[in-house]
Amino acid sequence: MGYEGVPGLVETREAFGETTLVVDPAWLLEACVHLRDEAGFNVLSDITPTDYLGWGERGVAGYIGTPSGRDINAPGSQGDSRRPTTKPKRFSVSYHLLKLDGDPRRVRVQVWLDDGQPVPSVVRIWPTADWHEREAWDMMGIPVEGHPNLSRILMEDDWEGHPLRKDYPLGGEPVRFSGEE
Amino acid sequence: MATVQRRPQVYSGTRIPEPIPSVLHAPEELRRSGDLLTVNFGPNHPSTHGVLRLVVDLNGEHVVGIGAVVGYLHTGFEKTMEHKTWWKCITYPARIDYVSFQYNELVFVLAVEKLLELEVPRKATWMRMALCELVRIHSHLVYLGTSALEIGAISMFWYCFRERELVLDLFELVAGARMHTRYFQTGGLAEDIPVGFYGEARRFCERMPKALDDYEAILDDNTIWRQRTVGIGLLSAADAIALGQSGPVLRASGVDWDLRKREPYLAYDQVEFEVPVYHGGDVYDRYRVRMEEMRESTRIVAQCIERLEEMQGEPWIADDRKVVLPPREELHTSMESLIHHFKIVTEGYRVPEGEVYVTVESPRGESGCYVVSDGGPKPWRVKFRAPSFVALEATATCMRDAAVADLVAIVGSLDGVMGEVDR
Repeated sequence: MGYEGVPGLVETREAFGETTLVVDPAWLLEACVHLRDEAGFNVLSDITPTDYLGWGERGVAGYIGTPSGRDINAPGSQGDSRRPTTKPKRFSVSYHLLKLDGDPRRVRVQVWLDDGQPVPSVVRIWPTADWHEREAWDMMGIPVEGHPNLSRILMEDDWEGHPLRKDYPLGGEPVRFSGEE
Repeated sequence: MATVQRRPQVYSGTRIPEPIPSVLHAPEELRRSGDLLTVNFGPNHPSTHGVLRLVVDLNGEHVVGIGAVVGYLHTGFEKTMEHKTWWKCITYPARIDYVSFQYNELVFVLAVEKLLELEVPRKATWMRMALCELVRIHSHLVYLGTSALEIGAISMFWYCFRERELVLDLFELVAGARMHTRYFQTGGLAEDIPVGFYGEARRFCERMPKALDDYEAILDDNTIWRQRTVGIGLLSAADAIALGQSGPVLRASGVDWDLRKREPYLAYDQVEFEVPVYHGGDVYDRYRVRMEEMRESTRIVAQCIERLEEMQGEPWIADDRKVVLPPREELHTSMESLIHHFKIVTEGYRVPEGEVYVTVESPRGESGCYVVSDGGPKPWRVKFRAPSFVALEATATCMRDAAVADLVAIVGSLDGVMGEVDR
């Protein structure tokens, strides 16, 4: 199955038996409509944003309580690994599509974004995207443009920050009321 | 007494609210009339299966507006897992969906194995299948017991929990823990299958069909049960697909879709079972799908036990010392085993760089796991595709034209587990 006709297609990757279509975010809606109507991907299974801040560097996923931590993720700390391949931008958003009929198939549509760069909403194409996109905004701070109800879903409405970002501290929580107030 | 034999007409067109698919807004003129009563249903209501909050606009007895509020059980599993080694991570997924605990564990372990390109011994594969089907029975029993309880059939709860105890006893026998067993390990199983499991499991398989007959005798033609469930909470096939539904909710809407058949994982292509499909798209048909799934699961468990008995003495975990803990008894005699054990427990094993998305058919539907590895000993990103999360998106569609008394029946039939919704 070729995906050459997908609008805005930047790159096609095959790994672990899965196909990833990297798409220009400006063409995401056209690409999704094409995949739904022409290629038959009628179900949006999942939307996952990923933060690649500090990918391949030391100290990001350190232990709690130390600024840089004892970094067991450092490439080469066991002598046999290599630096991971670099990523084009900080965030990726992956749309896992499923073709639900007699000839099932899956594909991952991926867009790459800088911090604060909006991604168009696919709610009009797959209504199920509603909560997935709210979660992407809530947890990772991906601004979804054109979403009818982009509010926090898992955290409180007045929560500050986006917990699944790599620069969000683990175990750190703002103190709401202190003695000085 | 005449029972209701009418099958519901699944509507034409779409009932998904606009513009927000998961929120039903009350009509403006009703809102202005001042007749509306806005009720907070939950979050601490016994029939919301956890801490789901529904903000309901009522016009008399009728639901005219509804929006679901979730997040009360947000625990940050995905964030926590980024800070644990792969090996320690396996403990977490079972806590996400605490009613079908083995499934998230399975889907995470399968994802890690896919990244490692690790081959699992067949004994482990068949045991995983047997346990997963037992969990499916457990999960459906909890659904049946609590949903029936909410509609007023209190006795069902006690019957269902009687059989549920038997399933939990089997888990206790295998893993020492009744729930959250952490029995699946990267590469296979944590321990060999204990002596006596096959006999107990077989006894359970003999008992379960009779128990199901009893449940059906109580509910199937029960006038009250049918009046409370038939034609309630309608969801058409097209709407179910648009809303991303999966599992029993989808199959009750007339879509023949089961990942165990369509994208077989483990060894599901080697067992015989049927996929029940109903076309009513209502609460009753979701109940019927789950009842028949329990029968089919019992069949699968019996087939697994039969196959497992032929595999006596075979390994239950892959022999890859870089990933799998060495046997306990070797630690006293072998220096290398001690080193491997120490390295795996402290630093963890490394998983090759890459990203995978693995799905399995959990009792609630398509349970997915997206894992990104940077080649280090901890996952870079773990994301669970929770079927309950998606199922609750359909509340607004299902509850169009519902009466307030139907709310609990519909929420129960969608079978959301809030631990999984909020993660």
